Amino acid sequence: MLLTPGLEAYSSDKEHKMSKLLEVKNLKTYFHTEGGVVKAVDGIFYHLDKQEIIGLVGESGCGKSVSQLSVMQLISTPGEIVDGEVIFEGQDLLKFEAHGPEMRSIRGAKIAMIFQEPMTSLNPVLTISQQLTEMLELHLKMSGEAARARAIELLGMVGIPSAEDRIDDYPHQFSGGMRQRVMIAMALSCSPEILIADEPTTAVDVTTQAQLLELMKDMVERFQASLVIVTHNLGVVARYAQRIYIMYAGRIVEEGTTKDIFGKPRHPYTMGLLKCIPRLDEEEGRKLVPIEGLPPNLINMPPTCAFLPRCSYKVGRCFEEPWPQLRHLHDHHYISCYADTEEMRSEPAAR
Amino acid sequence: MSLQQDEAILDIRDLKMYFPVTRGLLRRKVADVKAVDGVTFKIRRGETLGLVGESGCGKTTIGRCVLRLYQPTSGTIFFEGEDISSLPESKVRRIRSKMALIFQDPYSSLDPRQNAGSIVGEPLKIHQWVSAQAEYNDRVEHLFRLVGLDPSMEDRFPHEFSGGQRQRIGVARALACEPSLIVCDEPISALDVSIQAQIINLLEELQEGIKGLTYLFIAHDLSVVKHISDRVAVMYLGHIVEITKSRTLYENPLHPYTKALLSAVPIADPFVEEKRERIILKGEVPTPLNPPPGCSFHPRCFMAIPECRQAVPPLHDVGGEHEVACIRV
Amino acid sequence: MENHTTSKEFQEALPRVSEWRRFRRVFFERKVVVFGLAILVVLVFTAIFATWLAPYDPYKPGVGKSLLQPCQEHLLGTDLLGRDTLSRLIYGARTALMVGFISVGVASIIGIPLGIIAGYFGGITNMIIMRAMDALMCFPMLLLALVLAAVLGGGIQNVIIALSVATIPGYARVTHGLTLSIRENDYILAQRAMGSSNLRTMAGHILPNAFPPLIVLMTMMLGNLILAEAGLSFLGIGINPPGAAWGAMVYDGYRYLVRNPALWLAPGLAIMLVVFAFNMVGDGLRDALDPRLRGLL
Repeated sequence: MLLTPGLEAYSSDKEHKMSKLLEVKNLKTYFHTEGGVVKAVDGIFYHLDKQEIIGLVGESGCGKSVSQLSVMQLISTPGEIVDGEVIFEGQDLLKFEAHGPEMRSIRGAKIAMIFQEPMTSLNPVLTISQQLTEMLELHLKMSGEAARARAIELLGMVGIPSAEDRIDDYPHQFSGGMRQRVMIAMALSCSPEILIADEPTTAVDVTTQAQLLELMKDMVERFQASLVIVTHNLGVVARYAQRIYIMYAGRIVEEGTTKDIFGKPRHPYTMGLLKCIPRLDEEEGRKLVPIEGLPPNLINMPPTCAFLPRCSYKVGRCFEEPWPQLRHLHDHHYISCYADTEEMRSEPAAR
Repeated sequence: MSLQQDEAILDIRDLKMYFPVTRGLLRRKVADVKAVDGVTFKIRRGETLGLVGESGCGKTTIGRCVLRLYQPTSGTIFFEGEDISSLPESKVRRIRSKMALIFQDPYSSLDPRQNAGSIVGEPLKIHQWVSAQAEYNDRVEHLFRLVGLDPSMEDRFPHEFSGGQRQRIGVARALACEPSLIVCDEPISALDVSIQAQIINLLEELQEGIKGLTYLFIAHDLSVVKHISDRVAVMYLGHIVEITKSRTLYENPLHPYTKALLSAVPIADPFVEEKRERIILKGEVPTPLNPPPGCSFHPRCFMAIPECRQAVPPLHDVGGEHEVACIRV
Repeated sequence: MENHTTSKEFQEALPRVSEWRRFRRVFFERKVVVFGLAILVVLVFTAIFATWLAPYDPYKPGVGKSLLQPCQEHLLGTDLLGRDTLSRLIYGARTALMVGFISVGVASIIGIPLGIIAGYFGGITNMIIMRAMDALMCFPMLLLALVLAAVLGGGIQNVIIALSVATIPGYARVTHGLTLSIRENDYILAQRAMGSSNLRTMAGHILPNAFPPLIVLMTMMLGNLILAEAGLSFLGIGINPPGAAWGAMVYDGYRYLVRNPALWLAPGLAIMLVVFAFNMVGDGLRDALDPRLRGLL
């Protein structure tokens, strides 16, 4: 199975703009806690093209999940979206009321999200049929019969055997992997343009994870939608994503095509990550090189680069100036760094 | 079997662990959850054996049985030559100083009301490992340094440490009475990726520095298990389906489940991923309550033949310390 | 043994978050809690220094004329036998606290270990203990006290016994529930894995973790017990005169509802204030220790 070659799609910036499905500019989401302000998302810029799969990668606390919740305007106190634009279909979604009719018509119908925990995302007291048809009736204004037929069809598409019998079951009667499939069916039921998968691999086994990811990829192709994979698992994005954004402490530190990120990583954090994860195909006796230090404390962060305490490429500028803006390297490869990191080839695969 | 009897610190033979399912007021047994259904393997002194598999495969249960936290339903467990499978609890306590457990969750594995120093030193008190207070203090300090923690933090409480640091405290506690076997039960899966490497390296260095320290490393992340282990055992629904050197497992997997498992693990390299063969299994892992007849993997197996239903295939040696439980291999 | 990768960072700890400061801040956040604490401080002070604070001997009849209204010599007036109400009120604080503390003490010393043992061992042990507690709970506190009073006679000792016995199940049940959830934590399994004895685990690890909610429970029970004692005394089976107890005083003053309101108003208000204070302080403790307990206690 080959990855769709992606570079040809971005030949010129102008063309690029026209095919952009979603554009996020300077998004900032802060949380007001007892200890201080947590800048969970602190000014990120990214975009999503039509029929594209992108990865938003980072460890816990980097803001990747919060950023997607912000796009969907699912942030509630003590969190607050303090700045930014989310341009979708020519409109800035952040200008709409979070609970207003515009957002409600977009959520689920145009932009859908699959959450990490299938057990808590499905309503335990409603049957699958009720939950699926609710979406169809609400957004697509289908009649009860038509909605049910479509729901059964969807369940079949995501690989639930004997869909007509199982549709009236309750969530607890399904296994974890099945529930995730139901979530995928629900998310796709109204043929959204964008599907956001938040940590889709965490709560399930490896082989189930492989099934679900393949399913998501197939479905997204079938429905001609775009997919945003939010994860900490670099392997998953290596396999599925065409472009990747690496996040750290609320900002994007590196962005580029998948091959650039893995083949020519330039940000110290990206390089550090690649050096410290074990790989199935690594040479025997390979020593992992951990990233020193601790994950950043997001409360009352200093204005300088958040990765500075752990960075082995730091230069004088890093201590004096605020967090660097994204710098263009070449083509679609950007990093947020003052140092001139040499190009580092990622580890060659074991023969 | 190529391991000598006397080299083996742990020798498990046909271990079975069934948990009864009871119904009704009088708790009649209606079925068994066959968590571990006939498992045999050995671990050499000083080596790391990885135990990998998906949920319900029984790997955690094996870890607990080895430490005698459960009484096995049947089978034998030889630890340092002694059969501990049916020892009474009071005798088991004695040998607990020689084996230790590291947990997955750094947040619930440390008593929030105890300070770090007393957590690490508690095994010393339980087994009366040291006689004088000064010796105790020295040993605790030594243990802190061994795992890369500053001894001045001994009086701090768990919530004042990060997840990775808490795991270090857990490791220090495990090392307190100089055990010969440490069972690591998913020790890094709850940590951030960049911290996982720190703990993996710590465990490796400890093994290099402490002669005879043996690990049974239980995890579901095959990349990590392969990295840290000398040999790996792959489990499915209560059985070991393949066991061999970690490098061999990757280069020459024989059991169809192993192949599927390997193919399901993504590698952080798009150039490699492009070329990989993808085996997607159908269906899901069945429950240990009602395993399929014969080979438990056959309903999902792409190599299955009718004979697979007839009997549970035993592990057989294919040479070079490589054993597989499959009649097609 | 050299550490290569790890020796560099003597791992820094996270900055010390002072639990004390947070506790103090949350506790003193609500004015009612502070008010309640103030009342309790006054109560304890009064109880300790009763002998010096009381203007007259509370037990001695005839220090004043009978049934006086509040006046200069007797700030709260006197009762039928000419005893000074204010002095009796002050000594009543002592009685109240004594009954409260001793009852809570006895009941918790018995009830808490029972709850831990039942929750820790489970199975038959659990069944026996908890069913026994259930049986005991079938008797309302007052009824139990009546029975015991009938058997043992009245008086402060028996009130304490009755109240202790009646409240044991409360501690046992709460502790049992706490033990069940504490038991699920890995650190309890770690105790077994390192060869700890059951006693060590229960006393050294389960009990300390169960303590914060139990402290809250005990504080609230103190208020309840004082109220209960008042009730018993009012019914005439508690502390009888000449003993100075607020409940008994209300009972005595009952006959003079309109004529000498001070006789029952004073002790009645005292009871009310003190119970309120204990509840508020209990709430404050609960919120400061762990707001998640809000539904439980």
